[in-house]
Amino acid sequence: METVLSVVVGLLFASAVYLMLSLHTIRMLLGVVLLGNAVNLLIFTVGRFRSDVPPIIPVDSYVPTTDVANPLPQALILTAIVISFSFFVFLLVLAYRAYQDLGTDDSDKMRLAEPVEDDSPPRGY
Amino acid sequence: MIALAALAVPFLAAILAPLLGRFLSRWLAIVLALFPLLLFLFWLRLLPHFFGDRSEAIAVPWIPSFGAEFSVLLDGLSLTFAILVSGIGTLIVLFAGAYLKGDARLPRFLCYLFLFMGAMQGLVLADDLIMLFVFWELTSISSFLLIGFERERMSSRRAAIQALVVTGMGGLSLLAGFLLIRYASGASSMSEIMALENGLRDLPVYLACFILVLGGAFTKSAQFPFHFWLPNAMEAPTPVSAYLHSATMVKAGVYLLMRLQPAMGDTVVWETVLPVFGAVTLLTGTILGLRQTDLKLVLAYTTVASLGLLVMLTGFGTEGAIAGAVLYLIAHSLFKGGLFMVAGGIDHEAGSRDLRQLSGLRHGMPLTFAIALLCALSMGGLPPFVGFLAKEEMYYGLLGDDPWSIVLLAAAIVGNGLMLALGFIVGLRPFLGKEMKAPKHAHEGPPDLWVGPAILALCGIGAGLFYHVFHETISIPMASAVAGEVVPVEIGPIPHLSTAFYLTVLTIALGVGIYLLQDRLRAGVDRALVAFGWGPDRGFDQVIAGLTTAAHRITYFFQSGRLDLYMTTVFCALAFTILFSLSFFSEVPALPEWPDLAIHEWTILLIIVVGMGTVIMAHNRLTAIVSLGIQGFGVAVLFMLEGAPDLSFTQFMVETLSVVILALVMTRIPLAKTDHRSDPEKLIDGGIAGLCGIGIGALLLAVTQTPFDSRLSEFYEQYSRTIAHGRNIVNVIIVDFRGLDTLGEIAVVMIAGLAVLGLIRIRRPRIEDIATETGDRS
Repeated sequence: METVLSVVVGLLFASAVYLMLSLHTIRMLLGVVLLGNAVNLLIFTVGRFRSDVPPIIPVDSYVPTTDVANPLPQALILTAIVISFSFFVFLLVLAYRAYQDLGTDDSDKMRLAEPVEDDSPPRGY
Repeated sequence: MIALAALAVPFLAAILAPLLGRFLSRWLAIVLALFPLLLFLFWLRLLPHFFGDRSEAIAVPWIPSFGAEFSVLLDGLSLTFAILVSGIGTLIVLFAGAYLKGDARLPRFLCYLFLFMGAMQGLVLADDLIMLFVFWELTSISSFLLIGFERERMSSRRAAIQALVVTGMGGLSLLAGFLLIRYASGASSMSEIMALENGLRDLPVYLACFILVLGGAFTKSAQFPFHFWLPNAMEAPTPVSAYLHSATMVKAGVYLLMRLQPAMGDTVVWETVLPVFGAVTLLTGTILGLRQTDLKLVLAYTTVASLGLLVMLTGFGTEGAIAGAVLYLIAHSLFKGGLFMVAGGIDHEAGSRDLRQLSGLRHGMPLTFAIALLCALSMGGLPPFVGFLAKEEMYYGLLGDDPWSIVLLAAAIVGNGLMLALGFIVGLRPFLGKEMKAPKHAHEGPPDLWVGPAILALCGIGAGLFYHVFHETISIPMASAVAGEVVPVEIGPIPHLSTAFYLTVLTIALGVGIYLLQDRLRAGVDRALVAFGWGPDRGFDQVIAGLTTAAHRITYFFQSGRLDLYMTTVFCALAFTILFSLSFFSEVPALPEWPDLAIHEWTILLIIVVGMGTVIMAHNRLTAIVSLGIQGFGVAVLFMLEGAPDLSFTQFMVETLSVVILALVMTRIPLAKTDHRSDPEKLIDGGIAGLCGIGIGALLLAVTQTPFDSRLSEFYEQYSRTIAHGRNIVNVIIVDFRGLDTLGEIAVVMIAGLAVLGLIRIRRPRIEDIATETGDRS
């Protein structure tokens, strides 16, 4: 299972990176969502697959009685999912506003705050 | 102990200068001159204790863990320098008070001047190597401040930066040399180096130490090819030129060589490299000096030449040469400091420093004329001035039958002859001839302007006439400290018929001849230089321009302001880092076996991959959104299958919300139908993405192939119910064990929500309005 998931995580990463290398903000956003999932699966895989029993302690016991799935990566991912979702929403609104104000979703055309290209360096002392 | 405290006195004056400047406008310089005067008397009173080759080191711990001490070394060499620094410093402070009279910048100027004085005094007295280096750099920094004092002019700023760059680089070289000496010999101070058996000559790294120390000394003392910064430093106000760039700071390099002569001298490299560079500098300085018409520049080039002469004599290393160097160093400080102040006085009172405009000043400024003539005669080495003693002694020292001595002697004679001519060009020529129409009506300045040079000129005669006292108290202790053994100095001002005397006569004849032919020679040197066209000074400009251009290009390469380039850089670096370290540390994962998975697991994984692929390929925005959702739901189902129901629920919720919000927003943004990238670009981006994916996948595979450390997970399993009374371990971790983290997470979500709200509700001006406001940048 770890092996296959390693491959899947690699594929997810590759497609996320490919989308983020695009110039269009919406494609980058899709890439960000894919990246979030890739990272979550990566954390999940690093925690190994011991068992598919959810990490819940039976009513009549103080410790798990059978082998359970690793609870630690689950706790981490739970936090990560929520944070990446709020991050995604913020970016989405930012891209939307940028489109409204600048009239483009092409990051190369959003150059209002960037230096002018053919600037020559300052001479003199 | 008082000697250690004396090091702080100039710094105290530097702090007081701006404070007192508010109350004592006219008397500021005179009051502050009391500080160096006090120091002068203090060092003078110490001098009789150090007759012969006696020395004493006083130390208190400074940085014990590093073995650095705060220590001074008192002997003839350091005390003579201290006396020069404080004595000439007193006169310079008085002179500066008159030179910048009524100038609001005077307190600041005096502050820098005292800062330099403290640094220079510390440099010549320091025993510990690290302490010496700190003071050394402090002189470079204060020199930078003083040269760039008139910061409104670009030439002044350029000269300041040039001096700082050249001497600062030398300083770093010196630091490396000192550290190497400390490391290789174990000696951390000058007195410990002197105490070593056979000095530093036996070190296996002697040559490296020698080159590094020379890097410091040659840049500071403006030896060829680093001589160019010194004439440029004449941009500084004249008191600075008189003090730093003739009498004191530029001698720091010579001081260092003299100080190390007993430990490093007497080797083949020492006795070859120093005289060669010294002689070249001597001749370069005098010949370039002939070309100048500005009084200060003429003096600056003779200073370069004099420093060359001193280095040459120090390197030659015979007793006579060292005694000649010592005498010449003192004589030079006296006559050159005096001549600089005379040049400043002429500039101040006649309004020009240009030789071609100045003539007949003897009518208006008779006193200045007398002082200038006395200094020039000493510079020319005529009896009974101290300059004569120096020249006779150096000729005695250089005399020999071997060709090496003859070459150096010839260089010394030519150099001295040229210097005599240059001395008279400054000290005689402006005063002779018809009275000219100067920019200002020339007249004698206030006493502060001529008292300083007058005292220096009189010292020049005094030392020559009362040569017994002079040798006993100053020359012999100093020469002995340089030679490392007692050196007898007996030269007197009465000429005797000897080879040295004939050589002196020859020098004088040569000098007078050059003086008479100066205009023709000047034109010749000018033509030669124009024909040559390039010098280290232009080289400096080219280096600086090259650095600026390179920095500009690099900045624009990395800070192009284009997001896609930044992304490409980041991901290339990511791929490189992972793949390189995996292969470099041989951590490439082993090829795994074909996994044994159930059919439903295969199906889910396939759904994820297909969804992902469709997101990339999609030409239609709805397809992209839906495929994104499919891929997310696939992940959620995977979580469900692998024993993580909590994750699964959250993932379902978040994916649903994402798809809904995306669909809502995207209906308002026209997504470009196809990818904007051309096929080669797609290939490159795909390659980068593929490398990143391979890297991450391989890394993950390698990690999962290592043994699993389950301690932390077991801790939570063990204590979840017993301590925190919860059965769902994941929930217990989130709300109990790591409760504070969850609070942080909630804060993040809240802040993101607020930011979204802000973005939606605040209306910003449209792009056209911004463009008109900022003056249309697009």
